[in-house]
Amino acid sequence: MSLDKPYLDVPGTTIFDAEQSRKGYWLNQFCMSLMKAENRERFKANERAYLDEWQMSEAQKDAVMERDLNKCISLGGNIYFLAKIGATDGKSFQQMAGSMTGMTEEEYRNMMVSGGRSVEGNRVLGEDGDAQPQHQPQGKSHTKTTH
Amino acid sequence: MARITSSVYTSHVPAIGAAIDLGKTQEPYWQPVFKGYEYSKQWLKEEKPDVVFLVYNDHATAFSLEVIPTFAIGTAERFQPADEGWGPRPVPVVHGHADLASHISHSVIQDDFDLTIVNKMDVDHGLTVPLSLMCGQPAEWPCRVIPFAVNVVQYPVPSGRRCFELGRAIGRAIRSYPEDLNVQIWGTGGMSHQLQGPRAGLINKEFDNMFLDRLISDPKGLAGLPHIDYVREAGSEGIELVMWLIARGAMNDIEGGQSPVVKNRFYHVPASNTAVGHLILENM
Repeated sequence: MSLDKPYLDVPGTTIFDAEQSRKGYWLNQFCMSLMKAENRERFKANERAYLDEWQMSEAQKDAVMERDLNKCISLGGNIYFLAKIGATDGKSFQQMAGSMTGMTEEEYRNMMVSGGRSVEGNRVLGEDGDAQPQHQPQGKSHTKTTH
Repeated sequence: MARITSSVYTSHVPAIGAAIDLGKTQEPYWQPVFKGYEYSKQWLKEEKPDVVFLVYNDHATAFSLEVIPTFAIGTAERFQPADEGWGPRPVPVVHGHADLASHISHSVIQDDFDLTIVNKMDVDHGLTVPLSLMCGQPAEWPCRVIPFAVNVVQYPVPSGRRCFELGRAIGRAIRSYPEDLNVQIWGTGGMSHQLQGPRAGLINKEFDNMFLDRLISDPKGLAGLPHIDYVREAGSEGIELVMWLIARGAMNDIEGGQSPVVKNRFYHVPASNTAVGHLILENM
């Protein structure tokens, strides 16, 4: 019998299950290493060299260099681990979460202050809410942060 | 014998901890959040629990992907506040209750719940933010704390039913401890929030208030809510709410006692990406 994964049709959402975890093991363990101050310094001094010390795929390393959190997640990253990259960059959790929507920081903060994103139209793929694939990216932040 | 006098439920948003640590609690953005806990801080001072059994989740702090325990009980004498990447929060060391924690793990494992026993562990914002919300900024925490970490990071997380039944077993274990102790059980995390992907920022007030209503009056029915409903309705990280069912399962009414009294109920949107919910239920 195949595994029960009823969460694959939730729009704009990747559930970090055993399969994703296996895919992202080294990506997430790299993130974990950034909890030590000396590792943060080494990473910041030469990101590419530091990433090359880990058994990550090239696509995972590129996604980290680009700070493309959606791509990191699709390649097995988990947000609580990826948050260590944000902390290293001095970014808040709100800035990190907002970066995955395509909104500017201000647009995302305003959405939260006005009560957050509505669940209407965002429960199942195929509806018409703002988190659905046909409405990406949201907001005005179309220029990626480069490092 | 030890008694469970109350259960406390609260979100544990890291930005709340940062607001306290950086002295921002009176800023217009944060003021309404902290106002919701003013009564609770006074209440806790008067209640003077000896021990808080604190259910929370670790956020890739003490547990990386090397080891992922579903249920982990802290049986150490002390737990250090963790460095989560910004340096440790400036909060007191957490003093455990090794004897009661060992008693609980012994009893609960004999009751068919296979806990992981942890004798060395740093505690992150999941545990320290609820303490800050309920106690403010004391030089020492006013009571002992038994950390109880639940995996809600890697799916599948334990079901609501499993959490509720585990709470019952923890309740039985605490009530069988021979020393006369005033014990509270806290369930933390939630409420609706999603921190990832294009659906980040999801908030669902209707779901959250339904959850609060049913946690009070229909916890057993609420425990039957499947995971997918949390994910769809309350966001991928809203699934942390299953931890509230552990605390609720330990209350007296579940074993045939009187219904608890609601001492405080509070709800506010937003704190950073998250809906803040808070409830105090007191056993009669």
